[in-house]
Amino acid sequence: MRYLVLLKAITIPDTPPSPELMAAIAALGEDARTAGVLVDTQGLQPSAVGSRVSLTGGQLSAADGPFTESKELISYALYEVRSKEDAVEWTNRFLRLHRELWPGWEGEADVLKVFGPEDFAASAGGSGGSA
Amino acid sequence: MTATTAAVEAVWRIESGRLVAALARLTGDLPSAEDLAQDALEIALTQWPRDGIPDHPASWLMATAKHRAADQYRRQQNLTRKLAIIGHQQATDSPKGGDPMAAIDDDLDAPVHDDLLRLMFTACHPVLSTDSQVALTLRTLGGLQTKEIARAFLTSETTMGQRISRAKKTLTDQQVRFELPPPDELPTRLGAVLGVIYLIFNEGYAATAGDDWTRPALCHDAIRLGRVLASLQPDQAEVHGLVALLELQASRIPARTGPDGQPVLLAHQDRRKWDQLHISRGLAALDRAEQLGGGPYTLQAAIAACHARAGSIAVTDWRRIAALYTVLAHIASSPVVDLNRAVAVGMAEGPERGLAILEDLARRKVLSGYPELEAVRGTFLQQLGRPTESRAAFERAAAATGNTRTRTLYLQQAEQAERGDPEEKEKSS
Repeated sequence: MRYLVLLKAITIPDTPPSPELMAAIAALGEDARTAGVLVDTQGLQPSAVGSRVSLTGGQLSAADGPFTESKELISYALYEVRSKEDAVEWTNRFLRLHRELWPGWEGEADVLKVFGPEDFAASAGGSGGSA
Repeated sequence: MTATTAAVEAVWRIESGRLVAALARLTGDLPSAEDLAQDALEIALTQWPRDGIPDHPASWLMATAKHRAADQYRRQQNLTRKLAIIGHQQATDSPKGGDPMAAIDDDLDAPVHDDLLRLMFTACHPVLSTDSQVALTLRTLGGLQTKEIARAFLTSETTMGQRISRAKKTLTDQQVRFELPPPDELPTRLGAVLGVIYLIFNEGYAATAGDDWTRPALCHDAIRLGRVLASLQPDQAEVHGLVALLELQASRIPARTGPDGQPVLLAHQDRRKWDQLHISRGLAALDRAEQLGGGPYTLQAAIAACHARAGSIAVTDWRRIAALYTVLAHIASSPVVDLNRAVAVGMAEGPERGLAILEDLARRKVLSGYPELEAVRGTFLQQLGRPTESRAAFERAAAATGNTRTRTLYLQQAEQAERGDPEEKEKSS
């Protein structure tokens, strides 16, 4: 089953991330890739260079960033694992590196399940399988 | 922060392979290493739910296993079996044996890469039965609990536990060392590892219509093992070939089962449901495999890729598929390959040509009573406008299959044959 992890920063210290942190993140990514569980991961540019398309009250609109949010989305990772707990554990490791190597940084990661064939299994109470 | 058992087991799945591999380098054999690792897991399962998962669980597990090893060392002066480490690895630089803990510490810093590879080869060692190879691979490298393996293979935890114990005893009795195979045995031994991974995949693939997702999850366990092996043996074409085959087959999982769990044949699958992520990874792995030379798995992956690239049965490159099956039949001849070649030839050159290959199989008295063969025959006969014979073939297929859902499908085809529906040409998924 796949999990999409969206990482959001809450507090970013004035000091830039250290080379040690970057190296540790790269090593962890390599670990997860070698273990066959990390399908894809990338950092995200600030919303200032993005856009937001919305539909409200029947009106479509597109507005350039930045979006006014207290938490900025800073990266995503797509894992293919046996359970939610596996994805949570890999995410723990990622955040732990921040705690160890970038004091003052605060953030949160949402671990979201991607719909998969297991969600449409015959036994799943007859929930529809066709989309 | 307290932890759930599921969270502890997740950590275990991540660490098991490397832990057992590193321990086995110390003990010199897989069974003792596995015992020590399981001891560490049991302690973790008691402590972590109460105290929380430690910040560095890998080090914690290793330290705990080492303590167990050292305890055993102190208890039984005769450590030759449990801790051959001191004897065979440290003899030269610490003649008096020294402190076993220090010796273990030194060894832990060495790279784990080759150890994982040794673990794969040892778990799939030829002294073990295939069933045991599968169980030991899933337990050590896959980090699955005995109860999970038992559920996936539709057997009891007791039976699976006994199978694993017997496998470990066999390795001990036969004095199988924890080492890489000699170069001249490497191709055969690698073949055994690939075979075990493919078997795990197929066990899951055969069960996609079942009602317990533990079995289909085996498909992804197999893919993960394949990816690990590909990172350990990046120069072996067939490793990438197998990974490509698994990814491409897995891409069809969302489409090969209907809403009520009934099988959907390739011809009728909604290709929009095929998993594009698996397809792109599969095609990339196939590319590497073909650059490195290929082999039977690579050829099968190349065939699967023909389907993955095609928008429908009609636009599928059946000539290429038929040609690939012909090559496959030369290097890995089997009646099933011939049957699949018959399907491809039938699609590429017409049902008469396909039927001729089936007749040839019948003359050689192979696959007689094989349900898929009768179903393919039924399809060809129908396309040739011979409804009565077609119906009879589908009925023989229905009678021969052991799978209820497949039987229903064949019986439907039998009826359609008699009604003379211009049913699409098909091929089993």
